[in-house]
Amino acid sequence: MSRENVKPDRGRATEAKRTVEGQPLLDVRHLRVEFPTRRGVLTAVDGVSFAIAPGEVLGVVGESGAGKSLTGAAIIGLLEPPGRIAAGEIWLEGTRIDRLHYDAMRRIRGRRIGAIFQDPLTSLDPLYSIGRQLIETIRTHLDVGEAAARKRAIELLQEVGIPGAARRIDHYPHQFSGGMRQRVVIALALAAEPRLIIADEPTTALDVSIQAQIITLLKRLCRDHGTAVMLITHDMGVIAETADRVAVMYAGRIVEIGPVADVIRAPRHPYTIGLMGSIPALADERERLVQIDGTMPRLTAIPAGCPFHPRCPRAFARCVEERPDLLDAGVSRAACWLYARDEHGVAPTEVGS
Amino acid sequence: MSAATERDVLLHVAHASKTFDVSLPWLTRVVGRKPRQLLRAVDDVTFDIRRGETLGLVGESGCGKSTVARLIVGLYRLSAGTIVYDGQDVGELAAGKGQRRLRRRLQMIFQDPYASLNPRWRVVDIVAEPIRAHRLVHGQRAIRERVAELLAQVGLAAADGHKYPHQFSGGQRQRISIARALASQPEFLVCDEPTSALDVSVQAQVLNLMRDLQRALGLTYLFISHNLAVVHHIADRVGVMYLGRIVEIADKEALFARPLHPYTRMLLDAIPDIAMAGKARTPVAGEVPNPLSPPPGCPFHPRCPYANERCRMETPALRAYEPEMRDESRGTRDERAAAARVAGRPSLVACHAVEERRIPIERIQAASALNAT
Repeated sequence: MSRENVKPDRGRATEAKRTVEGQPLLDVRHLRVEFPTRRGVLTAVDGVSFAIAPGEVLGVVGESGAGKSLTGAAIIGLLEPPGRIAAGEIWLEGTRIDRLHYDAMRRIRGRRIGAIFQDPLTSLDPLYSIGRQLIETIRTHLDVGEAAARKRAIELLQEVGIPGAARRIDHYPHQFSGGMRQRVVIALALAAEPRLIIADEPTTALDVSIQAQIITLLKRLCRDHGTAVMLITHDMGVIAETADRVAVMYAGRIVEIGPVADVIRAPRHPYTIGLMGSIPALADERERLVQIDGTMPRLTAIPAGCPFHPRCPRAFARCVEERPDLLDAGVSRAACWLYARDEHGVAPTEVGS
Repeated sequence: MSAATERDVLLHVAHASKTFDVSLPWLTRVVGRKPRQLLRAVDDVTFDIRRGETLGLVGESGCGKSTVARLIVGLYRLSAGTIVYDGQDVGELAAGKGQRRLRRRLQMIFQDPYASLNPRWRVVDIVAEPIRAHRLVHGQRAIRERVAELLAQVGLAAADGHKYPHQFSGGQRQRISIARALASQPEFLVCDEPTSALDVSVQAQVLNLMRDLQRALGLTYLFISHNLAVVHHIADRVGVMYLGRIVEIADKEALFARPLHPYTRMLLDAIPDIAMAGKARTPVAGEVPNPLSPPPGCPFHPRCPYANERCRMETPALRAYEPEMRDESRGTRDERAAAARVAGRPSLVACHAVEERRIPIERIQAASALNAT
């Protein structure tokens, strides 16, 4: 936890810089994450492309093993070895960040990309008071003195709604409840005013009433600060309330991406349609929920063609043979051959291009 | 639920309490002059479950809902009160020889299908264990046939019996748990968060399966969940718990259309609902207090916008509210229809403000919005 003298970064000088007007804040292109194992290479994220505009909230939803958390970890440079980015590019504000040196990435993390993880107890160091952790983060990234950093830490704690912030700043993580801890983690993520926050299941460990508070807080803070958020969750309800756009992931791929209201009200991909129907909602009185039979394939056995075809009620010959890219499907885009306009014509297209 | 079983109570829980002693070790206590510490996990809980119905029990973590489940199946002993199962006192049965008989009729499904199945046993042995324990079927072959039948019932193949639990996904494991629970031909299943560890699409499979089994076998469920939408889907009657007490218990339609207790109302407000994409919501203010030092009076009063002096002093008891007592002329047509459907089955609510009619029903929503700011 001690402050290290970060060496001058060699990566930055050689970094390719691109200055395009109206460019997205984050641009992920054809990202592939692989895990070499003794039995061969597992592809956990395969050809994922998306962009996040400044101030936008992109929800990434999927079931366990869909690759949503790995996508987030790849962006922030926290893939656990042997996991590695095997292909693709990640651009942050015109800077390519997927091949940065460890130290260079370390300075981007926290400063330009903040992170919020599921379990607030493991993202905080139990041996340091939350004030120490906040002040360290602030002083690592911003050029301020101890007193100014402490003042800013108290302001941050007030901003995330911790009562008695001036007193609570010297408390340790175990002295806070789960909801309060997650507020501290949000304060930490915001400490250096990053332009992008990657929030991986930020409310999953919390009770519904606390979840509601945290979501409201996150929404308010991001609006006030103009921070973009990549919100990774399995909970479509959280997405519905928070995100501007949503990307639905299945077996390491984005199967559908579009404005949240369109994806939720009129899902296009058969997987999204099934997923939406399988969620019990207060507003409906269905006797049975829609059931997608089977389970998501294991990484060792992702079927050829469209990975969803063995479970898809509308699969046809082409789905078995050929993998669909994201195609225009109304307002949204769906990786499904149902939306191919003709046999030969439709060229594979990218999101955000 | 059919009218024939209307009055047939299968499980009656009366004033059940469970206190855990969470004191420090004796020596530490004496040296440090610390008092004994008791945790009232379940405090004076009363409810009925009728034959063939599903009672959903909801609440946030630490509200005591899982303790209620464990009290019913006899994994914990009651500190006070009684639990009567089909006319027999569970506490007395547990002390005598009736326990084996009771266990056969009453089974439990746990939340974590990774922890509740023995990883060293083949599925066929896991499912056969209750059959052997209760000597329901005799002979290896007959047992194997019965296991195959049970596996088929939960949507698995007979050949799956020769595998080990780790060869199955979470949803399949939960099916194995259900098959094991059904093996002793019980009539009552206590399900403690059976789908909470599962993905939504798998959850849908398990919920559909549970509903099919209930219909086919005439099962009665106590379904515990923190997810109100799931409870809304599966339950006939819903109890809401807060800090060890039931604050409201009502038929599903009544509870969701016209929640009476301020806490129920807040919980409903807190659910992120797919249908309200983009809409702002009103979060519940505050957090659940430490159960070691619950607030005096109504446990919800520190978070309640309607709390007054009486709420801070006196613990409210559950009181019955007939649907007619509610303001029938208000609300949408759907809400009135829902109220009409449940006429005659009272909602039970433990709230002074509701009792004194300090909360006009139609104003609850507006008031909770005020509270959030």
